[in-house]
Amino acid sequence: MSRRQFFVKLGVGSVAVAALGTAAFSYQYLSPNVLYEPSPIVDAGKPDHYTPDSVTLDPQTAIYVVRTAGGFFALSAICTHLGCLTAYKPDLGVIACPCHGSKFNKDGVKIEGPAPRPLPWLRMWLSDEGDLMVDRSNAIAIKQLVRV
Amino acid sequence: MANTLDQLIDQVRENRIWRSIFRGGTGDSNLHKSLLVQQNVFLHLFSIKARKRTLEFSATWYLGALTFGTFMILVITGVLLMLYYHPSVPQAYADMKDLQYVVSSGVFLRNLHRWSAHAMVFLVFAHMFKVFYRGAYRTPREFNWVIGVILLLLTLLLSYTGYLLPWDQLAYWAVTVGSNIASAVPLIGAKIRFLMLGGTAVNANALLRFYVLHCVILPLAAILFLAVHFWRIRKDGGIYAGDHSSEVSNQ
Repeated sequence: MSRRQFFVKLGVGSVAVAALGTAAFSYQYLSPNVLYEPSPIVDAGKPDHYTPDSVTLDPQTAIYVVRTAGGFFALSAICTHLGCLTAYKPDLGVIACPCHGSKFNKDGVKIEGPAPRPLPWLRMWLSDEGDLMVDRSNAIAIKQLVRV
Repeated sequence: MANTLDQLIDQVRENRIWRSIFRGGTGDSNLHKSLLVQQNVFLHLFSIKARKRTLEFSATWYLGALTFGTFMILVITGVLLMLYYHPSVPQAYADMKDLQYVVSSGVFLRNLHRWSAHAMVFLVFAHMFKVFYRGAYRTPREFNWVIGVILLLLTLLLSYTGYLLPWDQLAYWAVTVGSNIASAVPLIGAKIRFLMLGGTAVNANALLRFYVLHCVILPLAAILFLAVHFWRIRKDGGIYAGDHSSEVSNQ
């Protein structure tokens, strides 16, 4: 290898290392470390606020609190298709998405439309004060009712 | 009267300051006309000569030039709108309403910006269809077609990022849906969405990121690719005239 070739290789190599470093730096810079977003844990209030056999949407937190004869559970109100906020239609007994027409039953199971997955069940528990608490970041695989 | 005016113009064009800026010199000869184009930083992107056929309306329907015209309207009205717009929650929505009802001519500028944006998307597609059906994308112009596709994507991204800025319900849900489409990319989809929005939901960070993309990054990229696009027309032998056999393949 001639001296010129050596320095060309060295130069190209250093630029490549610098480019990789820049890519890593940019990726880290563009990923915020702290998010000023609302907490995923929501206080859904006292259980007796919810009438038996009801589906209640809180549009601010995008969750449904469903009260059945057996107990309570929480459903995400975010459509699994493209993230629109769904709405409960009491006269039809279905949860419907206004964006692309997906429909779900009260258990979150898809009835029709483009949604690829059912609405996830969210972890729900009773706080020490007796409030229903929901963790929106925590979908549960095994469906369990909270008995009060 | 006309003579004195001509003399005055000639005097201005021959004085030292003018000549130090415009080196082409005065005169009506072909050489001077060529130098005028060749020695101007903006005009030198274009050919110094054009076939008459390519300047006729039927050749191009002027779709490329019209697209560039809408782009210029968008840059000018966009810069003016920036003087009253704060990319923050919930100020953005209030500023948009102020532009409509409080700022003098605000509603005119906002509508001009909006309709030009719609027109630009339409014209870009029309331009591409015209180029495609005339066969003007063929050798030696295939690379300029690729640049054109990049410019199409930049146009769509500009429209998409601009859509969020009014911060109304339509904007919010359109970007919610759009960013969820991005998250459908295998493996890295969720990460792309996170970087795009600067968080997990369409929020203050997303508004600011879309604003910077819309007002700085994407327009700069568009101007860069536009310059290459125009320059390639010259390098590829001018606007396609239709008779493929007789044209110069490379200037």
